[in-house]
Amino acid sequence: MVTDSLELVIKAFLVIGAVMTMAGYAVLLERKVAARVQGRPGPNRTQIPILGSIPVIGTFLTRLGVFQPAADGLKFLFKEDPLPGHVNKFYYVLAPMAAFIPAMLTMTVLPFGAITDPVTGATSPLVLADLDIGILFILAVSSLGIYGIILGGWASNSKYPFLGGVRASAQMISYEIALGLSILPVFLWFGGSLNLFNVVQGQSQVWTILVQPVSALIFLIAIFAETNRLPFDMPESETDLVAGYNTEYGAFKFGLFFVGEYTHIIIGSGVFVVLFLGGWTLPFITLPAGLFGAVLSVLIFLAKVFVIVFFFMWIRWTLPRFRYDQVMNLGWNKLLPLALANLVFYAIAIAVIEQLN
Amino acid sequence: MATKVVERKPLSLAERTFLPQIVSGLRVTMKNMFKAPVTLEYPDERPDIPPGYRGVPTLVKDPNGREKCVSCQLCEFVCPPKAIRITPAEIPEDAETAHVEKAPEEFEINMLRCIYCGLCQEVCPEEAIFLQDIFSVTGTSREELVFKKDKLYALGGTLPDSHFKWDKKKADELAGNPHH
Repeated sequence: MVTDSLELVIKAFLVIGAVMTMAGYAVLLERKVAARVQGRPGPNRTQIPILGSIPVIGTFLTRLGVFQPAADGLKFLFKEDPLPGHVNKFYYVLAPMAAFIPAMLTMTVLPFGAITDPVTGATSPLVLADLDIGILFILAVSSLGIYGIILGGWASNSKYPFLGGVRASAQMISYEIALGLSILPVFLWFGGSLNLFNVVQGQSQVWTILVQPVSALIFLIAIFAETNRLPFDMPESETDLVAGYNTEYGAFKFGLFFVGEYTHIIIGSGVFVVLFLGGWTLPFITLPAGLFGAVLSVLIFLAKVFVIVFFFMWIRWTLPRFRYDQVMNLGWNKLLPLALANLVFYAIAIAVIEQLN
Repeated sequence: MATKVVERKPLSLAERTFLPQIVSGLRVTMKNMFKAPVTLEYPDERPDIPPGYRGVPTLVKDPNGREKCVSCQLCEFVCPPKAIRITPAEIPEDAETAHVEKAPEEFEINMLRCIYCGLCQEVCPEEAIFLQDIFSVTGTSREELVFKKDKLYALGGTLPDSHFKWDKKKADELAGNPHH
């Protein structure tokens, strides 16, 4: 019993460490992609003493900006942490935590690999908590993250953050519906189980994106909106709202918002990979049993997540921001009917297929 | 004035979804990602200075190491912002270059006033002052930015000379023809 809990704690720390590192490097990736798109080299100066002075590798890593996330993180940590006089102090301090914790919580039910027992041949997921209602948990907890943003906007007691918070809540409500409706056909397709592991195992031959491209498209657009990424970054939109909900935040509190946002992106990409891109499976290839296969499955999963995260960045530096009314129009008038039609279509199609079999 | 009304074609279904446009936009940004950066990493990399660039005015010496300026003060007079100040001096009788008219005892260019117009270079009859390729002038005080003679020579160095005017004059003088 004690060893079990100890094992779980160690696993939890490993996963949190991995996701936090990925969030840091997602920031670096964002900066690098932004730079490359705009014809700049991007961060390539930051060096740490010993590792950076290795002749070839050190220079290469420095040029790649590998040490930049550490510098960014330390900057957040060591800056003066101001508490403006006009804010509601309790909620002002609470908001970054409320934004950060749900982002970290969702990763507990996200399976990121599978291990096959070499003796029995049974496959079990690599996940912190293998819930049967995994996707419901993710949807429920990830939309809690919006409270951090609304709270931050409201507690700042200042115009632009407030507008940012209002926009965040409106946008979140609009796209949550399309998000939920778009993934229902996926679970219908896999026999009604809400367990994410079953969904991935069901995709070992054909990825869901090939069967349900419209669901995938709606889901992708909706997670762009849910994670407040451009072209849907209404809550932050720096051109009209200064910095939106985090205008009054600085130092580590801003860092928490920032890391929470990137964790959200990573988790969102993870969910997309699990639901539509076959998770850690590759078509026509069966991974070997045992530990080696497990490591391989995690690497495949991470590679797919990286592709989606890169897509997030790529979209951000390609499309301009929507106007607020356009965001609402797209959400309510286009995506919602489309998601409903999609759901009805697949519900009928699945029923017909089941009748035929 | 005649106005021409441009007919706007209604958007096709594909255009109304914006997806083809988004894809073409993504293609553009992806292409950009593989291009070399257009930026210059400035302190490490320096831009190529084109010939004829008007940088910091400097004093030059001829290939024999003789200072070319004869302190005629034309540049001082022509300088629009009055950045140049010359203190002329006689050359001592026993010097090797005693036949040259004069030499500046002090030559100051106030870089805070200089407008890099290049008139001093244009007006100089001795080709002694040149605006070269130095474009970054910094200092921590006003005094430091009044460049003195030694600094101006250090910046200017030596430029090739096709005339050797004063060497010819000396040769003529030695040949017994002091006035050509």
